[in-house]
Amino acid sequence: MSTQHTQSSNAQHGPFIRFLATLDRRWIFLAMMLAVGTPILLQLRPAETAGPLSTATFDVIEALPAGSRVLFAFDYDPASEGELQPMANAFVHHCASKGHKLAFLALWPLGAQKANETAETILKPFHPEYQAGVDYCMLGYKAGNEGVIKVIVTDLLQVYQADVNGTPLSEIPMLKGVTNIQAFDLIINISAGYPGSKEWAQYGTSAYPDAFILLVGTTGVQSNQLYPYYPAQMKGMLVAIKGAAEYEVLVNGKYGETAAILAAQAAMSATSGGAMKETGVPAVLQEGQRRMGPQLVAHLLMVTLIVLGNIVYFATRTKGAAR
Amino acid sequence: MLKRTVPLFITGIAGAILIVAYFSPATTNWGEVVTDWMNTLAAVAFILGGGNLLFVNLEKISSKRPGWAYALVTLLAFVLTLAFGVLKIGAVPNAQFPATPWAGDYESVRAPFGWVYEYVLSPLTATMFAMLAFYVASAAFRAFRAKNIEAILLLGTAFVILLGRTAAAAILTGWIPVDGPFAFLRLDTLAVNIMQYVSTAGTRAIMMGIALGIAATSLRLILGIDRSYLVSD
Amino acid sequence: MSALKFQHQAQRTRNAEEERARRGSPVDSQAESRVESRVESHVESHAESRIGSPAGSRGASRGQMRLSTRHTRMRRARTTVWLILFLAGGIGLAYNALVRPNGMAQVYVERGEKVYVEAVVAPPLGAPSGEKAATKWLPSDDAALIDGRAVANSAQPSIKFTETRGIAPRIARERRTAGDTNVTLSIVDTLGVWIAAFFTLAIFSFLWRDNPVYKFAESVLVGVSAAYWMTLGYWSTLVPNLFAKLAPEAIKSWSMPAMIIDPSEQTTQFILALVPLILGFMLLMRLSPKGGWISVWPLAFIIGTTAGLKFVAFIEGDLMAQASNTIAPLVALKEGQLQVGDSIGNVVLLFGVLSVLTYFFFSIEHKGRLGTMVGKVSRVGIWYLMITFGAAFGLTVMGRITLLSQRLEFLFGDWLWIIDPANIR
Repeated sequence: MSTQHTQSSNAQHGPFIRFLATLDRRWIFLAMMLAVGTPILLQLRPAETAGPLSTATFDVIEALPAGSRVLFAFDYDPASEGELQPMANAFVHHCASKGHKLAFLALWPLGAQKANETAETILKPFHPEYQAGVDYCMLGYKAGNEGVIKVIVTDLLQVYQADVNGTPLSEIPMLKGVTNIQAFDLIINISAGYPGSKEWAQYGTSAYPDAFILLVGTTGVQSNQLYPYYPAQMKGMLVAIKGAAEYEVLVNGKYGETAAILAAQAAMSATSGGAMKETGVPAVLQEGQRRMGPQLVAHLLMVTLIVLGNIVYFATRTKGAAR
Repeated sequence: MLKRTVPLFITGIAGAILIVAYFSPATTNWGEVVTDWMNTLAAVAFILGGGNLLFVNLEKISSKRPGWAYALVTLLAFVLTLAFGVLKIGAVPNAQFPATPWAGDYESVRAPFGWVYEYVLSPLTATMFAMLAFYVASAAFRAFRAKNIEAILLLGTAFVILLGRTAAAAILTGWIPVDGPFAFLRLDTLAVNIMQYVSTAGTRAIMMGIALGIAATSLRLILGIDRSYLVSD
Repeated sequence: MSALKFQHQAQRTRNAEEERARRGSPVDSQAESRVESRVESHVESHAESRIGSPAGSRGASRGQMRLSTRHTRMRRARTTVWLILFLAGGIGLAYNALVRPNGMAQVYVERGEKVYVEAVVAPPLGAPSGEKAATKWLPSDDAALIDGRAVANSAQPSIKFTETRGIAPRIARERRTAGDTNVTLSIVDTLGVWIAAFFTLAIFSFLWRDNPVYKFAESVLVGVSAAYWMTLGYWSTLVPNLFAKLAPEAIKSWSMPAMIIDPSEQTTQFILALVPLILGFMLLMRLSPKGGWISVWPLAFIIGTTAGLKFVAFIEGDLMAQASNTIAPLVALKEGQLQVGDSIGNVVLLFGVLSVLTYFFFSIEHKGRLGTMVGKVSRVGIWYLMITFGAAFGLTVMGRITLLSQRLEFLFGDWLWIIDPANIR
């Protein structure tokens, strides 16, 4: 490319195109920071309505008889908690509101911590009747990725002899008589990648189609690869933060202000000796909906950036071609 | 013999057991045992990873290679976290077995190991991934060009998904009646249908292709045709 | 020309730097960022060579001079910008922490002393007659101890420890005002929030340019995560699933007091556990400079098992199941009624899968009637793939942005206390 050429082509473009074409990427970074940060500060929150996939997911849990055994697989880590924690919270709250018995395990090392956190933030305050080791239990993390699923689908005790506290599974009331995970009615997998939803579908519902139902909550990045499993191997799926927000709407619509939640809020108020601090649907159950505000503005920014990029492209291309 | 034949034999046997275990219920138990061994080895692999990190960084520090100060930081972070965890330093006593200190909970945020998770590991990993939002924006601005029909399809779909999965859908196309004949043009519906039908078709075909590839590779490994993992004599 | 070269050089260095840094970071989509940076570098150099810089046509030495003065000026401007930013940030933080009512980034805890006693607990009413009384540790205020179902063992001394739990700042403040001395500001956790904020900002600083603070944070991340994985592998898998089988009695008294030992299975379990023990040691030989080749044995085992697992799973879950999922009725009926939407959807889906597979597998020359048809179908297959990639891109963007909003929520909420959606501060 000769310098004459560049000079002449440069002279043909207006200042706007020149500005865009030489724009430092840090301006784009700043724009993104503002697009996400401003709606958070302004607490912008658009209204949500549930789509078909989230509704299907909600309906599966609704249809299970109270007291069903549900196995949670927390296969994610803090890197994806922005997307997945709202789903985890809503799933656990929904299942507990229906009175299901919950077991938690993790194929990701940090997943076990996320399960503990979810029990702390959802079960303890809003479901005080749920006793650790009785109504729910923490099986913890095991190394081996899909190898763990492969074994526990036929022999749970080979991998998990005890829960995280060291209590043998046979002494945990909700796991009495359970020899493998086919004894669960539902498996809810919250997944950020490998190992995760794909492996649960492959080694779980593909191999044992009638043993249990699989529901998944997944990050946007991998959701494309999971759609083909719906609805045969996965009966429901929450996709990215939008899925979380939609599901929250459904769960909160029915279980957002249960007696237990109102009692917890009243108790909080009583211990503080002041006015009730949090009323109505708890904020922790609306995280997904709150994040849809920044999402809207940032998506609009993305669309604008792509359009601007193309304006530069066409402006430079047509002028170049015309010469 | 020890370096090539035995490993080939091990790979073949291990793979064959798992395939046979699938087809015959009588051998399911074999499959479980073998897979359980692999799971245990996966945990050993973490130790291998840690050991490797230790050696690499020690070497970097002792030879004062460029950036050795950062290697020192890595090493300190590694050793401290490991000590907190493996030695269960400051672990919260187990309420069921308070007399057994080694049964304590080292992952609680009240224990140093849990503290490191909560205030160091968690923010660091989360922010590392959050950075991608910036790079994806920059890439979209610079690389997404409507050059031909394929690129236009890619771009158009991205637009529909980006707009259709936020409140922008309701703002732009909310006026189209939900039960009218043009309901499919609503951005939210369009996004759902693209995901459920068009993009699923593409992904499904890709998956089937990959499945064939993986099955072929697995067979090559089990039958000893692919020996690339072996050391040369 | 030289200016142009300089720009190109700077661009290349920047991209290379970023790529290096990213390669070191445990980010899942290394490939993604690498491709991205490559694409960007290509596109940028393309754009730059089209648009060019005005200095491009000047003489080389003059251009260089101009460049160096411009460079110095820019550096000064940058320093000023940084200085202003840091000052503004510092003043803002100081105001936020010291002047604003309630301040920021405080974590409160409630402490309470718990006493545990060893007690003999009678079997519950209605339990099978064979069930014996059990010895358990119970909190001294346990209902069973009070109503006599459990009797404390006086020979065994009780154990005392302090239990700590987090408490919402607003409630904590009120209780402290009311004189509750059990509620205190947790220095360790408050410091933790500041450290977390520091690390968050340290990583973000990379957006400006690579710098020592970012490198420090990255080095910490590498060390901590390796140790974290190693610890979890040790306590959650090696101890209960390997050591407990090799030496059950010892492990039971050491760290798993509730473990049930079945003497009839002990020998079998011991023998079976020897295999991963030996393979594990062989794997660790990889760390030794000479015995590295021994590690190929366990590696061969892992490869064999993975191949066996994946062979079955992919054929069953991805090939067969996906083929069968695709075979849906092209005329969808629900209670005898034609479902237009579903029918069109199923046709689109089936045609899509077939056309993409055609593109993948039938690489015949696009000549003759059959060849032309295959060519056309393949073309449609490519369109399907493009839509698939577009959708994947859209969803990826969606995910990445959410992660960013979660980090900003942390900074604005937990750290700065500017937002408080739960009304707890």
